[in-house]
Amino acid sequence: MEIVNVNKENFKEEVINSQIPVLADFNADWCGPCRMLRPVLDELASEHNDFKIVSINVDDEDELAREYFVSSIPCLVLFKNGEEVNRSVGLKPKDEIESMLGGN
Amino acid sequence: MYDVIIVGAGPAGLTSAIYAVRAMKKVLVLEKLNYGGQIINTLNIENYPASPNVSGFDFATKLYNQAKDLGAIVKFENVIQIKNGNIKSVITSKNTYEAKSIILATGSQNRKLGLENEDNFSSKGVSYCATCDGAFYKGKDVAVVGGGNTALEDALYLADIAKNVYLIHRRDEFRGDAATFNNLKSKDNVKFIYNSNVTKLIGDDKLEAIEITNNDGNKENILVSGLFVAVGRIPLNDSFNELIKLDSAGYIKACEDCHTNIPGIFVAGDIRSKDVRQLVTAVSDGAVAATSAIKFINEK
Ligand SMILES: Cc1cc2nc3c(=O)[nH]c(=O)nc-3n(C[C@H](O)[C@H](O)[C@H](O)COP(=O)(O)OP(=O)(O)OC[C@H]3O[C@@H](n4cnc5c(N)ncnc54)[C@H](O)[C@@H]3O)c2cc1C
Repeated sequence: MEIVNVNKENFKEEVINSQIPVLADFNADWCGPCRMLRPVLDELASEHNDFKIVSINVDDEDELAREYFVSSIPCLVLFKNGEEVNRSVGLKPKDEIESMLGGN
Repeated sequence: MYDVIIVGAGPAGLTSAIYAVRAMKKVLVLEKLNYGGQIINTLNIENYPASPNVSGFDFATKLYNQAKDLGAIVKFENVIQIKNGNIKSVITSKNTYEAKSIILATGSQNRKLGLENEDNFSSKGVSYCATCDGAFYKGKDVAVVGGGNTALEDALYLADIAKNVYLIHRRDEFRGDAATFNNLKSKDNVKFIYNSNVTKLIGDDKLEAIEITNNDGNKENILVSGLFVAVGRIPLNDSFNELIKLDSAGYIKACEDCHTNIPGIFVAGDIRSKDVRQLVTAVSDGAVAATSAIKFINEK
């Protein structure tokens, strides 16, 4: 599944009401580690159908960033049934992200 | 079997790869995280000769592609042990590789304060990079802890963004650059707290306050939304600290020639004992270490 861009308007539909777990990638254009992480997430997204990955730009969506207390990026927040169940901050290798997804 | 195995795909490691492949050597670079090393955290590199205003990400990506295009093999695996011998082995979490020579370019990472719940607050108020995360604290109160140049520069950067900046230092004098310090003193919203340590992080969902304890044992809480930790860096020497001679701070003892105490194992970049840890010194080490490794292989 391709990574979907999420904003305040579609957050509820794409994340909260999602039937499958959602990995939300909080990022910004100026953030080098976020840009490094993106191809890894693209790869994960294309390999998996059991969860989806969404991208949230913190500059455009500062309300969402505030709501979820995101103050360092890249920040990956895993949602299940609309609730945060796990979070990872900073650049991580692919297998660590996979185990974060599998571990729940 | 490789001619050269390089541990770390930061600026030093990738530069040594370029030099070694151009000398027709078979080169493997092993990286545990992602190419580029620390520099990807910088939005703007302003002091690299002849390339003003390049972003850390672009610098890293160009360097990585250059090394790959020339023929270096890069694998993303964590190196856990180095073994010496006539043929050297490099053990990763997945495989074992053999090489005639090794270049260690593992760099360093941010030192944490070591407080009990510190990790719980990462991305929730505790940060190790002011230029990366400062923008989240517009109009808020923040603290910086540390006494060196990074702490001073972080405080100066944050003074223009945050409402108030508390600069906390465990001694009564700063080690950093005098000009930066004077610049800071002229800012009305920067408050200096000397002879004190951060001893507790307070908050439920996110950081709300920090407890500081001064040298007399007096405690005080300061309300802040952000704490920027700038208490230095630690060398990443886990995979070789038993084999290679280190200095008292844990960096590899080596001179300009980049030789370690073991023949055929060389060092480049921030992980080496040195006064200036910057891109230019990292890449120049990369060139020297690769040249030394090539000479070592050819003379054998
Ligand atoms: C925020 C920030 C801003 C900076 N700005 C500037 C600037 O403007 N100008 C400048 O000149 N310098 C700057 N620097 C310093 C510069 O980034 C470093 O001096 C340089 O990156 C050092 O390069 P290196 O290759 O030695 O180490 P690093 O960049 O630390 O790279 C080491 C690499 O080795 C990998 N590694 C470590 N251990 C292992 C292992 N066991 N197995 C596999 N891989 C491993 C790491 O993951 C990393 O990718 C800045 C640093 C920071 C943190």
